[in-house]
Amino acid sequence: MKQYLMSVHSVEGEPMPSEDEMKEIFAAVDEFNQRVRDAGAWVFAGGLFPADTATVVRMEGDEVLVTDGPFSESKEHLGGFWVVKAPDLDAALAWAKDATKACRGPVEVRPFQDDAEE
Amino acid sequence: MEPKRIATIFRQESGLVVASLVRRFGDIDLAEEVVQEAFVEAMTRWPTAGLPPNPGAWITTTARNRAIDRLRREATRLERHERAAELYAPEPAEEDEAVRDDRLRLIFTCCHPALAPNARVALTLRLIGGLQVPEIARAFLMSEATLAQRLVRAKRKIKANAIPYRVPDADELPQRLQAVLAVLYLIFNEGHHATAGDRLDRVDLADEALRLARLVVQLVPDDLEARGLLALMLLVRSRRDARVSEDGAVVLLADQDRDRWDGAMIAEGHAIVRGLLAAGRPGPYQIQAAINAVHTDPAAEPTAWAQILDLYDLLYRVAPGPVVALNRAIALAEVAGPAPALAELDAIEGLDAYAPFFVARADLLRRLRRTAEAVDAYAEAIAMTKNEAERRFLVARRAALLS
Repeated sequence: MKQYLMSVHSVEGEPMPSEDEMKEIFAAVDEFNQRVRDAGAWVFAGGLFPADTATVVRMEGDEVLVTDGPFSESKEHLGGFWVVKAPDLDAALAWAKDATKACRGPVEVRPFQDDAEE
Repeated sequence: MEPKRIATIFRQESGLVVASLVRRFGDIDLAEEVVQEAFVEAMTRWPTAGLPPNPGAWITTTARNRAIDRLRREATRLERHERAAELYAPEPAEEDEAVRDDRLRLIFTCCHPALAPNARVALTLRLIGGLQVPEIARAFLMSEATLAQRLVRAKRKIKANAIPYRVPDADELPQRLQAVLAVLYLIFNEGHHATAGDRLDRVDLADEALRLARLVVQLVPDDLEARGLLALMLLVRSRRDARVSEDGAVVLLADQDRDRWDGAMIAEGHAIVRGLLAAGRPGPYQIQAAINAVHTDPAAEPTAWAQILDLYDLLYRVAPGPVVALNRAIALAEVAGPAPALAELDAIEGLDAYAPFFVARADLLRRLRRTAEAVDAYAEAIAMTKNEAERRFLVARRAALLS
């Protein structure tokens, strides 16, 4: 089994969904998460606070610096992600298709270097 | 034996060999490399020893032995135990069904939607078409290094993502097959509408696409669109020798010498189209094939434009888009005259960077004697056209208006 990261990205400045829409999205994502669990494909998942809550820690020579984030200067930031187990990319893409419908945002699929335990 | 002949034999055989090795060893790189080694060996051996009685079997055996040698060498002690079972397992019965499926699986891997379109084209020509890297590079007028890099990246993506090597499930098959046909169509169009460059020593991409389309039809005989694409390619390719005059100038359809059309290709294309019409489930490639069947109908001279217009109407309903609208407007000009055609054409959006749009517009304006506008439209078309023969044609047309 391989593991894939399915990440959801938000674009700075884009209008936020309304409260009702957010409720629908949460419900759809909960339902999707349950299906991933039931299928035994679940590894981990989570949604993140906006990127302006981020803090960056880095080495400068021997010193460790802590600064206000986010790390990336781009307008797109990671908003949440799933890690799923799947036998191959087509299986992962099948989950991603359901994921994008549930969260209503584009989903990027990337393979992990190491395989899952089983 | 000439090296060129050996390359041709590899082109015919290696898709099959690569595909069966990928199934056996699960590694595209390994399969490709050992087939390449077999090619190098054939290049040194065959010219003196002569062609083996069954070149395909020779390539398979040579490549497979190289693969096994290499896995033995590379295997650590631990892996050796695991691989041993695989290496000494009895040879699977490599007959029709399995072999057929091998190549089909590999086509779906090469044309996977997760790969960039240009990577799909390169992989398909390399792994299924059996073309050598320099041949593909020359055909697309790019450096070998760039192409090699593109292939490496694509294969790395396949491996890292575990892009599967199998025929997609029934619910996904039509869409995925569509992607395969699109790759072949792209290869064909590049060959048919070649960018500049000398012909000499260039693999003919249109013929390669035709060969691959035949293979897909053989592998998926029930798919009507695959057959439609094959017929479309045959009927377009059949007119190629008449499209360009001896001195390399463009010859318009109406002025083409029909004796220079390829009768065998036309007959085959027409037979396929008749079969498709009987099936009665038209798709975009089938309709385009039907349009080209009308264009090549020996009984219809001049061309039956009303029928072509009907077919473009149908095509627009099935697959709407600005390019189809453009071609429909061109057919309309033949049926109803240039004025209504120009009105339709000017209503099309999204072709601001598409040279044929300006060529068609210039032609309609010329026919309407709106000379100044026609001259401008030709200038725009010339600025966008990279193909030398076409440029010369357009420059001549524009010059004729100015004189």
